[in-house]
Amino acid sequence: MNRRARLVLFAVVAPVFAVLFFLAVRGLPSFGSEFHPYADRAVAVATGQRATANVVSSVNFDQRAVDTLGEEFILFGSVVGTIVLLRPAPEERDAGLRPAGGVLPTTRLAGYLLLPVSVLVGLYVIAHGQLSPGGGFQGGVVLATGWHLLYVAGRYTALRRAAPPTVLEIAESIGAAAYTAIGLAGLVMGGAFLTNFLPTGSFNDLLSGGTVPLLNGAVGVAVAAAIVLLLSGFLEQAVVLRRTEEPLAGSSIGTEEPLAGSSIGTEEPLAGSSTTVDDAEQR
Amino acid sequence: MMLLIALALGLVAVTGTMVALTQQPARQAVTLSVFGLTLAILFMTVQAPDVALSQLAIGTAVVPLMIMLTIQKVGGSR
Amino acid sequence: MTTLPYLVAGWLFLVGCYGLVTSHNLVHTVACLTVAQSATYVLLLAVGFRAGATAPVFADVPVGTRVVDPVVQALSLTDIVVAATVTAVLLALTIQIYKRHGTVNPDELRTLQD
Repeated sequence: MNRRARLVLFAVVAPVFAVLFFLAVRGLPSFGSEFHPYADRAVAVATGQRATANVVSSVNFDQRAVDTLGEEFILFGSVVGTIVLLRPAPEERDAGLRPAGGVLPTTRLAGYLLLPVSVLVGLYVIAHGQLSPGGGFQGGVVLATGWHLLYVAGRYTALRRAAPPTVLEIAESIGAAAYTAIGLAGLVMGGAFLTNFLPTGSFNDLLSGGTVPLLNGAVGVAVAAAIVLLLSGFLEQAVVLRRTEEPLAGSSIGTEEPLAGSSIGTEEPLAGSSTTVDDAEQR
Repeated sequence: MMLLIALALGLVAVTGTMVALTQQPARQAVTLSVFGLTLAILFMTVQAPDVALSQLAIGTAVVPLMIMLTIQKVGGSR
Repeated sequence: MTTLPYLVAGWLFLVGCYGLVTSHNLVHTVACLTVAQSATYVLLLAVGFRAGATAPVFADVPVGTRVVDPVVQALSLTDIVVAATVTAVLLALTIQIYKRHGTVNPDELRTLQD
């Protein structure tokens, strides 16, 4: 639909939505009320028989673990879709990095100091998901962003060597498969898919909660690998791949450099520093 | 406590409006990062540290980074 | 204050949709979609809040303290990470559209015959 029709439709529907939403929201219990029946039962189960201190992790990986399995596979499918979409097109080639300025020494120092700290914090958050706020999803993202300090503080080629796509894809698949395997083990040993069949340990121990730490680990590996894959794919597109001079016959794209008219300027990584000249790394 | 939550909600509403009204994608990546930060603050005031951890890493670092890399490739105009 | 968080969630959703509708650039559209998605997180967490209660983690508070609702937090935190990967798919689609048609303006794209 054209722009005008879109705007007219929005102008008509938005006030109707606003009024209906306002009326609906007035029927909700007021903000901060005491009536949470499901929450009371979830907390009682988590702290009682499951001995998991972090009730949110218990809900995610124990009481409603099948929903998390679904989310895990949405993540997996999205990463597969993105990798397929970000394949180099036939008329593009790996032109190597553009020469640019150097990384500031302070940035490099900060990056090299923060990289082991971030990776350690990420692993800690994954491992302690059942005790303190954290878990597979949060720790996996922290781990992935720590990995990318290699690009910010150093060179893109360092990141590409330290995070080869094949290894990452295997790691992500192993994470998703491990979750399903633990679920099937629960089916075998407990009678239902994703039963919590390991001994629950004592409250506030590192190994409490039964299968929750294992599922946390599987999700953490899968999420970290997924996000590093996504960011590496986008970095590859933005920093390295460039169109050759002759497009394929019959294609509808022009021949000029796509970034010539962009408002960003040169190919600089986003920390404000630039990648170093890397002539030896031509593929 | 309620005052803090109300303040955080106000910040979220204002930065959300700014994100939608910023037309240049390069600038919008920065406002999106700030919006992610205000959301994380709101989640903390509502006693949700797990959600705030997730939102902080994703909303301030990963999504604006992907948007800026896409703009780099696509050549963001108005 | 009794309904303010829900109204803010509704406002975020409407503002996100407004940005979607009046967008001139597909990347801008994706960012506005993120704003509209965050309206759901605000709504869920507002529903789960309990006045005077603390976070649902019993590592250092005694069992039996009043806590906020952990179920909506579990829903929101997985959703945030997964929504980021779906945003990545949309951005990858935008890159592909640019490679094929040379433009990311939705009005110009509509008139192409491909």
